[in-house]
Amino acid sequence: MSTSDVTRHGVEGARPGREAVTGSAAVMGGERRGEPEHTRSSDTPEVSGTEFRSYYGQPVLNQIVWEGRDIAGYLFLGGLAGASSGLAAGADLTGRPDLARPLKYTALGAVSGSLVALIHDLGRPTRFLNMLRVFRPTSPMNMGSWLLAGYGPVAGVAAVTEATGLFPRTGRAAAVGAGVVGPAVATYTAPLICDTAVPAWHEGYREMPFVFVGSAAAASGGMGMLTAPLDQAAPARRAAVFGSALETAAVARMEHRLGMLAEPYQSGRGGALMRTAKVLSLAGAAGALLSGRSRVLSAVSGAALVAGSACARFGIFEAGVRSAADPKYTVVPQRQRLREKRAASER
Amino acid sequence: MAINEEAGGQPVTAPGTDQPRMGFFTDTSVCIGCKACEVACKEWNMIPEDGLDFTAMSFDNSGGLGADTWRHVTFVEQREPLGHQETGVGRPEGAPVDLGMPSFERPGDSTGADERGEFRWLMSSDVCKHCTSAACLDVCPTGALFRTEYGTVVVQEDICNGCGYCVPACPYGVIDKRQDDGRVWKCTLCYDRLGDGLEPACAKACPTDSIQFGELDELRERANERVRDLREAGVSSARLYGEDPRDGVGGAGAFFLLLDEPEVYGLPPDPVVTTRDLPSMWRYAGVAAVTLLAGVSATFLGRRTR
Repeated sequence: MSTSDVTRHGVEGARPGREAVTGSAAVMGGERRGEPEHTRSSDTPEVSGTEFRSYYGQPVLNQIVWEGRDIAGYLFLGGLAGASSGLAAGADLTGRPDLARPLKYTALGAVSGSLVALIHDLGRPTRFLNMLRVFRPTSPMNMGSWLLAGYGPVAGVAAVTEATGLFPRTGRAAAVGAGVVGPAVATYTAPLICDTAVPAWHEGYREMPFVFVGSAAAASGGMGMLTAPLDQAAPARRAAVFGSALETAAVARMEHRLGMLAEPYQSGRGGALMRTAKVLSLAGAAGALLSGRSRVLSAVSGAALVAGSACARFGIFEAGVRSAADPKYTVVPQRQRLREKRAASER
Repeated sequence: MAINEEAGGQPVTAPGTDQPRMGFFTDTSVCIGCKACEVACKEWNMIPEDGLDFTAMSFDNSGGLGADTWRHVTFVEQREPLGHQETGVGRPEGAPVDLGMPSFERPGDSTGADERGEFRWLMSSDVCKHCTSAACLDVCPTGALFRTEYGTVVVQEDICNGCGYCVPACPYGVIDKRQDDGRVWKCTLCYDRLGDGLEPACAKACPTDSIQFGELDELRERANERVRDLREAGVSSARLYGEDPRDGVGGAGAFFLLLDEPEVYGLPPDPVVTTRDLPSMWRYAGVAAVTLLAGVSATFLGRRTR
């Protein structure tokens, strides 16, 4: 039996979690009665004053059906693969075989893992090839499938020729080709997640590609530091510092511009992962700056950078999931947008 | 032929035919919450049963639109005057009769004279909006989602590979993945019935004509008239939702007459098709990719240490 009642003063006697957020639309003639009376206040201080109404607190959007392990993993591995190919190509061309070799293997392993994760997440994995049924620039996932279809085999040739020593000139060409396409592979996943109605992702679309390439560069640099001898790993160390700095700056800028939508990146599981990512990434970058003479420090810093990149992707994924699950993040910014539009048209 | 100005003058319905764009106008002011639409939809489309649960918040037992709920009736309870919510509004000759709310006691006994009748139910049958600029269709990587000759958006179940991209892309939370099946499902505006000259099952079953099916242009005219009538009758909160071709999705093929703000019904107040920003996203991504390429290249510059 119901214990609650909707009175003039709001819902009374409601059990937790069943707030019927009901309204104050002026049913009788005349003006609207100003601000809604029965609204849920936001519980965080930064956004106090943002009140909104909803259908029993239910999310407006349907929930993301992707598995975090698969899709966040896919984002991380795609970035690692793409940037590693870039570094490997440079290492190849500048005569650093001991840096190029592990990075080529990393690229092949990571892109394979990324593909497996993507296919594993499909509801109908056997229909994976349907992705290549059309060519559709409005779908970043379709564009990504074509990109992977082109990049994967090239990265594969680069790695296999490296391992076998066969066809060195073909191998060199493949390494350079993968190195040029790699950055696109590392980047397209940002538009992929931003091209959704998920508020924390969509509204961050300007900075997200820079977060992703920073994270990818840091991961590949870390992998180079982990696997290559010190005397050949200098570019990996620089890439790590560059990536870590870019990622940290882009995240900071994104959170600043997102306003209340930055909450999912700062609190909860997403926030914890993002903070861990930042600590690991910055520690790894500091290690990269100092590790010119220590193989152990280089390896530890490299591992921290790779882990930091993974944490960032999982954190971003979690933040998106949370922002889609709370109607606050859908309704409040849209209301704000409507208010601004109305104010602009009145002016 | 319906032309979508926002999408650069792209025709929404099939080129070379004179098939007008078809849609729904759901007039929630006459919805009685009977759920006949939900049942008719399930039966006609053979949608699997997905639980007979009480949500414990209202008479709503289907929760929201999803893979197995293509029509969803919302129930909103508000302590508001009933006065101008009767079905008779706008028909001056019919005198409305207040039947009160069902209860175990005599109406108004516990509330006192003040609050007698100060209660209203907002009921609304929600459905896929069949947007002019449809995010689900835009982001679908397989081309499983397509636009029909009626201007509606339909999933081809033999092509969908269950990538789930359309689910978070929909600004309304309509399309969803059926877990045991792996593919996504949503309202087809009864594509099969339309081909045979039949109206969609929900509209056919609606006993109060709250769900009206027809040519979109005609429905818009009818809806504007209905809002005008309601407002003249004193229901100042009546407003149309999704009928404006200038809105963020280029106008919905299924639009609504609401009696309160959209978010009260679980609808987004200002939905925007996510792909509107995609050209900009690709530009930012392009700059980022070049930054990465340049950054990685730069790591090989300078003198060789050790």
